[in-house]
Amino acid sequence: MSQRNPAISKGVDWLLVWLYIILVAIGVMAIFATTYREGEDVVQGFLSLKTDYSRQSLFAVIAGVLATFILLTDSKFFTATANLWYAFGIVLLLLVFPFHSDVKGTSSIIKFGSAFQLQPAELCKLFVNLALAKFLSRVETDFKKTKSQLIAAAIAVVPALITIAQSETGLALVYFSFFLVMFREGLPAAVLIIGFSIAVLVVATLLVPPNLLAIILTVIAQGTIYFMRRQVKRNRNLLVWIISIWVVCVGIQRFAVPFIFDQVLRPYQVKRIYDTIGKDYVPKDARAAQEIAEKTVGKKKTDGDYNVKQSKIAIGSGGLFGKGLLNGTQTRYDFVPEQRTDFIFCTVGEGFGFIGSFLLLGIYLLLLMRIITIAERQRSVFSRCYAYGVASVIFFHITINICMTIGLAPVIGIPLPFISYGGTALLTFTMLLFVLIRLDADRQMVLR
Amino acid sequence: MSVFNQSRSTIIRLIFLGVFVVIIAQLVNLQLISGKYKKLAMDNALFAKVIYPDRGMIYDRKGRAVLNNTIMYDLVVTPVQVKDIDTTSLIGLLGIDTAEFNRRMIESIVKNGRFRPTVFEDLLPDDLYAKLDENIWKYPGFDLVERPVRQYPFHAAAHILGYVGEADSAAIKRSNGFYRMGDYVGKTGLEQYYEKVLMGQRGVRYIIKDNKNRLQGSYENGIYDTMAVAGKSLRTYMDIEVQQLAEKLMGNKVGAVVAIEPRTGGIIAMTSGPSFDPNLLTGAEKQINFNKLFRDVSSPLLNRAIKGQYPPGSTYKPLGALIGLDEGVITASTGVACSGAYYGCTRRLGCTEKWAGHAANLRLAIAWSCNSFFSETLRRTIDNPTFHGSKGGLVKWKEYMTAFGLGHKVGVDLPSEDGGNVPDSSVYNREYNGQWNACTMVGGGLGIGQEKMTSTPLQLANAMCIIANKGYYYVPHFVQKIDGNTPEDTLLNRYTSKHEVLTHIDDASFETVMSGMQDVVEAGTARVAKIVGINICAKTGTAENYRMIDGKRTKLKDNSMFVCFAPRENPQIAIAVVVENAGYGATWAGPIASLMMEKYLNDTLSTARLKEVERVAAADLLPSYLTREQYKQDSIRAFNYFKITNDTGAIRKFLRRERPVAPPVPKDGAVPVISNDPMIKPKTTYKMQKTATIFLS
Repeated sequence: MSQRNPAISKGVDWLLVWLYIILVAIGVMAIFATTYREGEDVVQGFLSLKTDYSRQSLFAVIAGVLATFILLTDSKFFTATANLWYAFGIVLLLLVFPFHSDVKGTSSIIKFGSAFQLQPAELCKLFVNLALAKFLSRVETDFKKTKSQLIAAAIAVVPALITIAQSETGLALVYFSFFLVMFREGLPAAVLIIGFSIAVLVVATLLVPPNLLAIILTVIAQGTIYFMRRQVKRNRNLLVWIISIWVVCVGIQRFAVPFIFDQVLRPYQVKRIYDTIGKDYVPKDARAAQEIAEKTVGKKKTDGDYNVKQSKIAIGSGGLFGKGLLNGTQTRYDFVPEQRTDFIFCTVGEGFGFIGSFLLLGIYLLLLMRIITIAERQRSVFSRCYAYGVASVIFFHITINICMTIGLAPVIGIPLPFISYGGTALLTFTMLLFVLIRLDADRQMVLR
Repeated sequence: MSVFNQSRSTIIRLIFLGVFVVIIAQLVNLQLISGKYKKLAMDNALFAKVIYPDRGMIYDRKGRAVLNNTIMYDLVVTPVQVKDIDTTSLIGLLGIDTAEFNRRMIESIVKNGRFRPTVFEDLLPDDLYAKLDENIWKYPGFDLVERPVRQYPFHAAAHILGYVGEADSAAIKRSNGFYRMGDYVGKTGLEQYYEKVLMGQRGVRYIIKDNKNRLQGSYENGIYDTMAVAGKSLRTYMDIEVQQLAEKLMGNKVGAVVAIEPRTGGIIAMTSGPSFDPNLLTGAEKQINFNKLFRDVSSPLLNRAIKGQYPPGSTYKPLGALIGLDEGVITASTGVACSGAYYGCTRRLGCTEKWAGHAANLRLAIAWSCNSFFSETLRRTIDNPTFHGSKGGLVKWKEYMTAFGLGHKVGVDLPSEDGGNVPDSSVYNREYNGQWNACTMVGGGLGIGQEKMTSTPLQLANAMCIIANKGYYYVPHFVQKIDGNTPEDTLLNRYTSKHEVLTHIDDASFETVMSGMQDVVEAGTARVAKIVGINICAKTGTAENYRMIDGKRTKLKDNSMFVCFAPRENPQIAIAVVVENAGYGATWAGPIASLMMEKYLNDTLSTARLKEVERVAAADLLPSYLTREQYKQDSIRAFNYFKITNDTGAIRKFLRRERPVAPPVPKDGAVPVISNDPMIKPKTTYKMQKTATIFLS
């Protein structure tokens, strides 16, 4: 990857490459800080490949090689084979069902021997992004048509559903970030707004007692009718709309949400959602017993999820400047679970404090903004859609991951891009980013 | 370049930016505003291990350690490590049953959690320790941990030294969190009074622990650790051999002995009978022993030397004489014609001596302890014409008494001292509606140290010091020096200042009184106390002894009292002895004081005197009412226990046993008290239910 080699380096966006290298380095360092134990020989640790930080370093090297290969590839290759990759991804996802191996409660991982394991749901993000970009960039696609919109949505949602079936709801949610791409390409804003409103309604259902919420909704509906009474007089259909919206809202609040929480989601997932909003979750079967207990003993307050609590303590105790590398008591003594993978942000927050966290977020924001800038300078629709896809996926990961460590989102097991421990995740993000860099390098060519 | 929908690019950028702002806002909240997380992280990760310092030692005046620190062992358990152990053999060793074993396990989990060790059985007896030490490998999760414990090689001075015990919640609250649950603190005696000195400074080691509370090593290489500083030792005036002798002599007696060095106020010995071996309150059996002592109606835990309030009786007479002399109401040659009673006031007041001339002058009156003489003296003191009325005289008299250290706490370095009582006019005003004169109190016996006057043995000994010193005293105290004491330590300051309370009384008056007191031993009431080659000044006392028994004020056998100091020329020891219920002062109290003086002044006792020691020590003078009182208390306790547990075994033995009868009538002819207590009524039907109702009534 030398700048003097014009074949590869021509047109490459070096800022992105540097940001990538910095983030991977931060990742290795953070994993080192959490898993290194006093008295270990560091050199030995790095060479042995038995420690997590040495493995992550190896993954970084592999990722570097892969990135070089991607940069050497003709960018037409990606457009030409996009649908093929998608098909391959779906097959891979389906292969999980007969061949998965049980690794800590998930059934989304295929093992090859004992050393290497693959999580197709992780890898599939890349393929979906390619396929979606391909579909949206087709000459015959008119994205104003509902049919096209539905096809585009299906491209993202089908792998998501398969992933949910593998009890990896967190990874599945990532596919919904592709709606941001569709939004950029002309999906009506109303879709996003309605989606957001439903999310608010669901959260409100959890927070507010059902009867009170029903009353509030009714009052809002009546208020709307009252204030719009002139329009309603002129147009009777409006009244029908308002009433049907009210019926749908109450329906969601009364029937849909309880149904989803009791029947569709698993108890631990529901518990995590409840923990985030600070409420006790009582499984359906235990509800009657709970009511009796509350009557006799009185209510008792449990304090949130242990993981989130410890994670907040870790980040909060970092203060302004942090405790320094290797000095974090929370992260180094196993108080925070999954700290190499999903809760890696704790290590940064505890070791480097607010300043460190702020800098890391700054690097991420710079990366995202740069990707969008790059997206907007593409002449090909494919490249632009792809770039937005990359930005959306990375953004979604960062948001959910960091928000869960600071108690703003439920605990959903998705990695922090480029930093969390894990080979598949690192390689996936590397490929996502470097395919973009390759496409961007060839932005003068017209691709379809 | 696409212009299509380009504005949405900006919206997406704004969404990104907005979410990042929210994240940063939460980070500001967590990391910069909310301070609690730092503390929570410290609590999570640091275990402050308290290092206990060695408690200070206590030495006597010859540098002998009157107590030691030794090591005993606690059996501790770490519940999480207890797996597949042979419970049967362990509970066999400990002598508990499975239910108790399970109860303790649950208790330790509740107390300290599964991962931290908790005391399972504390202060193991030596044989049990030996057995456990051999077999401890069989019981993973159980461990033997050292614990420093007090030991008393001389088996003496229990009341002075006090004992240490676990701090109770009240003490923890009072110390503002200085003490914690399980800490040992001095409970009484010097251990309590000098707690801050003896305790030393606790050290703290900060140890990092992980999420399972497993200790991981020192924190920051120990820069925040503080070392434990051993407690400072106390050098006392006590002479442990004299102390042992005093305790031996007071065996089987109720009363107290105090011996003070007049020159310094240093207490040489102090004992209270009945006493106990301080070793009873350390080690494995301490709780059982404490309960026994606590339930004993003769109150062995009570330090009568500072809490016993006795009428001083005739031991007051030297003080009365000095007051009279200084006020000028009598002179050395004043005489009273006494033929066995005092008729100066309306009521007849008896005197032990009947022969003429036993009160011809002050010296004789002291030697023969003439009641008439000292009643007359007090009457003249109070009715002193200088003050125009009895009230002024009484105020003046009380002033003198206060100067003698009576009627208020003297301030010894032991906790919970009592002050005794010296009546003032307000008491008489209330009682006699202001209509009183000198005869009111003289008739009651105030002139001979009775009526409303009470004092502790310590106060009597201190008053002797004042006479021996001709007017001054140092506050009686045990501790001479605190090892390694810095000048800032002010604990001992109050014991180094000389109180010249009565130095205005002229030497001649002191000499006269001393001569009288010397005659007490040479020719008077206490010839038994004489020691060859030493001029002793002494005064006997035989004070009337009343006590509430079965709700009635009963007159018992007199208290035997004795005060003295010696040698006259250079007083080195002043002693006060009170033996309750023992008759004349010279009978028991005199010999006790005499033996102690000889032991202290000559450093040894001759063979003949050793026999005397055995004779006195062997005398059992415990009042007879104690047996019955003990029976009463025990049976009431047994009945309460029966009420709670329905365990008839507890009360059965009280139904069968022969009941002690009411106390015998004292010899001196006091009215016998016939109790109406249902318990001693004859022919009670010994049926369980019936008896229960009797106890209730």
